[in-house]
Amino acid sequence: MYKLQAKNVNLFYGEKHALRNISIGIEPNSVTAFIGPSGCGKSTLLRCFNRMNDLIENTKIEGEFCLDDKNIYEDINVYALRKMVGMVFQKPNPFPKTIFENVAYGLKLGGLKDKRKLTDKVEESLKKAALWNEVDGMLNKSALALSGGQQQRLCIARALATEPTVLLMDEPASALDPISTAKIEDLIYELKKTITVVIVTHNMQQAARVSNKTAFFYLGELIEFDETNKLFTNPAEEKTQNYITGRFG
Amino acid sequence: MMDQYLKNQKRKDKAFQYVALGCTVFALLVLGILIWDILAGGLRRLDWSFFTNLPSRHAERAGIKTALAGMGSLLFFTILIALPIGILAGVYLEEYGTNNRFAKLIEINIANLAGVPSVIYGILGLQLFVRTAGMGNSLMAGALTLALLVMPVIIVATREAIKAVPRSLREASYGMGATKWQTTSRVVIPSAMGGILTGIILAISRAVGETAPLLVIGALVYVPFIPEGPHDQFTTLPIQIFNWTTRPQEAFVVNAAAGIIVLLLITFILNAIAIALRNRWYKKMRY
Repeated sequence: MYKLQAKNVNLFYGEKHALRNISIGIEPNSVTAFIGPSGCGKSTLLRCFNRMNDLIENTKIEGEFCLDDKNIYEDINVYALRKMVGMVFQKPNPFPKTIFENVAYGLKLGGLKDKRKLTDKVEESLKKAALWNEVDGMLNKSALALSGGQQQRLCIARALATEPTVLLMDEPASALDPISTAKIEDLIYELKKTITVVIVTHNMQQAARVSNKTAFFYLGELIEFDETNKLFTNPAEEKTQNYITGRFG
Repeated sequence: MMDQYLKNQKRKDKAFQYVALGCTVFALLVLGILIWDILAGGLRRLDWSFFTNLPSRHAERAGIKTALAGMGSLLFFTILIALPIGILAGVYLEEYGTNNRFAKLIEINIANLAGVPSVIYGILGLQLFVRTAGMGNSLMAGALTLALLVMPVIIVATREAIKAVPRSLREASYGMGATKWQTTSRVVIPSAMGGILTGIILAISRAVGETAPLLVIGALVYVPFIPEGPHDQFTTLPIQIFNWTTRPQEAFVVNAAAGIIVLLLITFILNAIAIALRNRWYKKMRY
């Protein structure tokens, strides 16, 4: 059984046909990387899985998306869906609130008010995101005082607080320095023990390092989807070969 | 050839610099003379009794107690009315209704309203509140009229502040499973609060100086008591000053100058608070 599934998906931004007949299944407790040149549709597909594309006007979606074999557009409430399928964005986007309030945000949305439970949950989430040691004792400081890499891990902690089973990451390290990037990658490796991670990346070394399977997109089409090892060493498609060797124009 | 050209350009550059400097100095000079004149006229009249005395037909015994109290209560009710309506209207226009024609129509009208002369608001207030609603020349009628006057300022400031909240923050909130209302109330409005506050204070400092609409709705120039409720008659500092300047006796002109000093000081303080808030907010919101 797939954790996430897209079946015969077509997506239009107004006149633009951004995703062309895409079908893909993502296995539980794995890391799947989406790669491809800019504008190939990989972020668009990622954002379908928690319905973030609903926020963009003039978007038309055909086909079916499933989480645990349930149709996410019909069988699941969109707000519940987004708590189960968390998202981390390209640019760290903590709220201009305290570190504590950032992590507690999703819990409070869910109506949790008990101070002790909130404190426990916040600590647990920060530990999962490997940030606890750096922010212990300063939870009441503004999140904006953290460095870029810390902010991004804070955003991951925030997403993990509602205990999602899937984490979508849209180029989570592209705005970070190499050390922060390495920390995020280590974190992804830890996370896949308990949840399913889908990551969009422009960095092919990163895809090769962190993912079990890799999907290559080009001009809105899914060109190849295979084990990461196989895709990078022995791709079946010529387009994939050209892209990963950097010969793509 | 080239040398000559460069020299000419440099000369032009210098000339422009002096013209600009001249304009600035001229503006400051006029302001300086104005302030000097007022200070010279009114400073000696400013003592504690000036603040605590009731109005009087003896200039040296007259004070601004009732005018200050009237202005305070007037501002209180004005803000009480204008604030919730103005902020919610701004939030609606920016977050909910930007794409329908009704909202566009409102938007254009609000921009126009901000440019309507204040005396027109006075006429509207006179007909609507004083006569039709039967409030008379009460504090409430004055507050409602001023509320109409400053509402466009609050709406525009709210919209600008909300527009400045980065899209990425909204996405973060929606991505956590927040509804539109949760996102607006927990992320967007708090993030925009600095800008909204600045707008509120600018609105207050505009209301502080208004005289014309209050004269039109019939605010009294001589009120020997402090208003105790929204139905009482009232006066305000600008009206008191206006009244004093129309008196022939020299001593009342001195009173007017002293009143102007107080009014200038209040406006100055309000603007300083607005600037401080705005700076703090920009620092906090920087990414």
